[in-house]
Amino acid sequence: MTALLEVKDLTVRFGDHVVVDEVSFTVERGGRLGVIGESGSGKTLTALSIIGLVPDSALVSGSVQFDGQQLLGRRDGDLSQLRGEQIAMVFQNPQTALNPLMRVGKQVAEPLRRHHGLSKVAAADAAVALCERVGLPDPSRSVRAYPHQLSGGQRQRVGIAMALACRPALLIADEPTTALDVTVQAGVLRLLAELVAEEDTALLFITHDIALVPLVADDVLVMRRGSIVEAGAAEAVIEAPSHPYTIELLAAARKTALPPDDHVKVLS
Amino acid sequence: MSWVRATARSWSGRVGLVLMAVFLMTVVMSYIWVPYDPRRVGERWLGMSVDHWFGTDAAGKDLFSQVLVGARVSLFVAVASALIAGVVGVTLGVISAITPRVLGESLAYFIDVLIALPTLVLALVLVGLFKGSLVTVSLAIGVSSGVVLARILRAEVAGVLARDYILAAHASGTSTWRTVRRHVLPNIAPIVIVQVSLIAALAILAEAALSFLGVMSRSRPSWGQTLGELQPHVTLHPGAIVFPALFLVAATLGFNLLGDGLRDATDPRLRSGGRGAGGQPTATGVLPDTAVVSPLVAAPPTTTTIAGTDR
Amino acid sequence: MAWFLVRRLGLLVLALFVASVIVFALLRLVPGDLAVVIAGTEVTPERLATIRAELGLDRPLLAQYFDWMGGVLTGDFGRSALTGSTVTSQLGEKLAVTAPLVISSTIVALAFAVPLGVYAAMRRNKADGVGLSAIGQLGIAVPQFLVAMILIALLAGSWGLPSQGFPRQGWDEFGRATRSLVLPTLTLAAAQGAILLRFVRSSTLDVLNQDYMRTARAKGLTRVEALFAHGLRNASIPVVSVVGVQLASLFAGIVVIESVFNLPGVGQMLLRDIGNRDFDKVQGTVLLISVVVLVIGFLVDVAQFLIDPRLRDGAR
Repeated sequence: MTALLEVKDLTVRFGDHVVVDEVSFTVERGGRLGVIGESGSGKTLTALSIIGLVPDSALVSGSVQFDGQQLLGRRDGDLSQLRGEQIAMVFQNPQTALNPLMRVGKQVAEPLRRHHGLSKVAAADAAVALCERVGLPDPSRSVRAYPHQLSGGQRQRVGIAMALACRPALLIADEPTTALDVTVQAGVLRLLAELVAEEDTALLFITHDIALVPLVADDVLVMRRGSIVEAGAAEAVIEAPSHPYTIELLAAARKTALPPDDHVKVLS
Repeated sequence: MSWVRATARSWSGRVGLVLMAVFLMTVVMSYIWVPYDPRRVGERWLGMSVDHWFGTDAAGKDLFSQVLVGARVSLFVAVASALIAGVVGVTLGVISAITPRVLGESLAYFIDVLIALPTLVLALVLVGLFKGSLVTVSLAIGVSSGVVLARILRAEVAGVLARDYILAAHASGTSTWRTVRRHVLPNIAPIVIVQVSLIAALAILAEAALSFLGVMSRSRPSWGQTLGELQPHVTLHPGAIVFPALFLVAATLGFNLLGDGLRDATDPRLRSGGRGAGGQPTATGVLPDTAVVSPLVAAPPTTTTIAGTDR
Repeated sequence: MAWFLVRRLGLLVLALFVASVIVFALLRLVPGDLAVVIAGTEVTPERLATIRAELGLDRPLLAQYFDWMGGVLTGDFGRSALTGSTVTSQLGEKLAVTAPLVISSTIVALAFAVPLGVYAAMRRNKADGVGLSAIGQLGIAVPQFLVAMILIALLAGSWGLPSQGFPRQGWDEFGRATRSLVLPTLTLAAAQGAILLRFVRSSTLDVLNQDYMRTARAKGLTRVEALFAHGLRNASIPVVSVVGVQLASLFAGIVVIESVFNLPGVGQMLLRDIGNRDFDKVQGTVLLISVVVLVIGFLVDVAQFLIDPRLRDGAR
């Protein structure tokens, strides 16, 4: 069985400046891959390349095969069919990721109307159900709220609802909890892990915080300055890292990490 | 200055610099050599010739000489207005940002009202009623544009003052004045310079319009006046307006493009987003980068409410 | 929720008051004897005294102000020292020319600027986008009177478009009246349009860079779909403000245009009164214009309120 996502020698450059350097990895159906790196490591651009949303000035080369189809070089119109339906993305900053002028429910309903042709009413009902599923309080009222009326955590839950509305095969989460309060992070992570497990959605989880990875991912990639420096099963890499950079990251994380019993083990 | 080099990198900066150079050279030329006294009457409606490079107007006055000497007026108004606007804008902007609560808010509100008034009409009235001198015009434009600049700067200054290292400096006893000098002024300098170039362009246009209307004193030839005298005859002698018009547009365009070039050079990616993350989260996409300061296109009043910087 | 509006209304009233003070003060700022300025230098002392008495110039400033405001609040915006006619009486016929001009030029300007501005933003790096942007640049640099002159030179005479003037019977001669306003409208619209175009363009560009646009695309909307569904409403917020602010500068353009095209509107009236040193009328007319501008500004705020839900909650 072919892997769901096969990335080979992906390179992203801006002019002469190479930001992602021949990155290769695969994600199986229902697989969970964590990508760790500091800012500037190219992890976000890698994710954007998969979904075809890199800035216009970026030059992308290599191969991105999704479900057997090559995504690089495809027309934007074709890619937009996939986005939201087969491949979905949750972004880092809930403050700015939602349209401030549109009610939340409508934004959640949008991919359903776009891809599954649902009527306004049907989509609205589905949106309420989705909002309930992601844990928004009083869902039938919440859907009528505007983004600024919700908290950061709630907005991110909306983002997750939007992404998973059409039950995509692959969900890319780019630092979904980084911008949230520490107290809220665990809840959102748990939600993410639950939903992904429910539909057996593949997950590409990007973060700079190595401590989060074992909570949601089976396998891990460590990226540094555009290249993958280490890859493997999450538990293995964390327990016995081989690359010096990984060791550095782990050491830094341990210094700031909470003692083990406070970790919420969310992976079922 | 490295700014000059940076400005020359964008095409608008380059064209702007060239046009400015031509403009300045025209003024310099006017002091070195002018073929005729621009007020001397002669043969009417001559076309372009060796004797009269740009031809003559309805009274036979040489157009080339008028263009040369007219440049002086435009330059004066441009520079004077820009300077006044800069001083007014920085002073009011800084003061309204650093004065505490009530006073600062009232000042800001007062500024907003001033902006809302039809300032160019007021300028027209002042100039018209009380002898249109260049100084009056420059003051009118300078103050009204300066007030708009003040409003923009107020938000910027407040932003700078809220930064952590400033608060730290204050905590350790640095005086406000010193903070302003060392941190605020250098930070707002790019904005001021950009806006001031745009104000200069505006001033040239405003003075031209006022002298076109005949409201300004007629003792000095100016481009507006030249065109104003040509206007009643434009259907019969359309060609005569070409050169004065060209110079006027060139000078204005030069300042505008220079301002744009400076803006590109000094404030490149800050407002409209960096790579990847999609840029600074602003409340809306507020103050798009052509927030030109002028009574013509002022920073819209209510967006500061949305951005939450005042009121 | 409506607190925002109430507050803005209060601020409007305050602004009107402040405006009246500013107008009053500015016109008295000038050094020298106001009566002399008005009457000129070669005038008899009796005439000077009459003027002073008429305008109440010998009374204390505060009293003058209250006299004036008293008149204003009862509808007396000033009277001509020469003809005795009041601002308000002439307003009707003057507005019949100026108002259609203002409205139609704004509509024409928007009709061109909005689609072209959005298009220019979408095609930012392509030739036509850059070209449009350049045209916008040019439009700002060319003064209105120049545009007027060029349009007159090119178009006056064809299609029965007069190079100046307005029928004496006014709108009773509908066809002629309309034709007289075509070139002036185009001139005003050109200048406004150029500014609006640049603004719409940069506002759209700003919106295109926002995260929620990327989210929309990640949900499967194409660029164009995302722009229409999410972008335009957001982009319209600053544009609505600008249109309101433009109105203030539009009046300056009106004065110039009405002069060039010899249209008997408010602008021409003001210019004539200035020439005649008809101080009282000028003062009143300027205040009137200020009032109109401030009220329009308030209406713009109302529009913002309706567009932007964040304002309704007093949220930032």
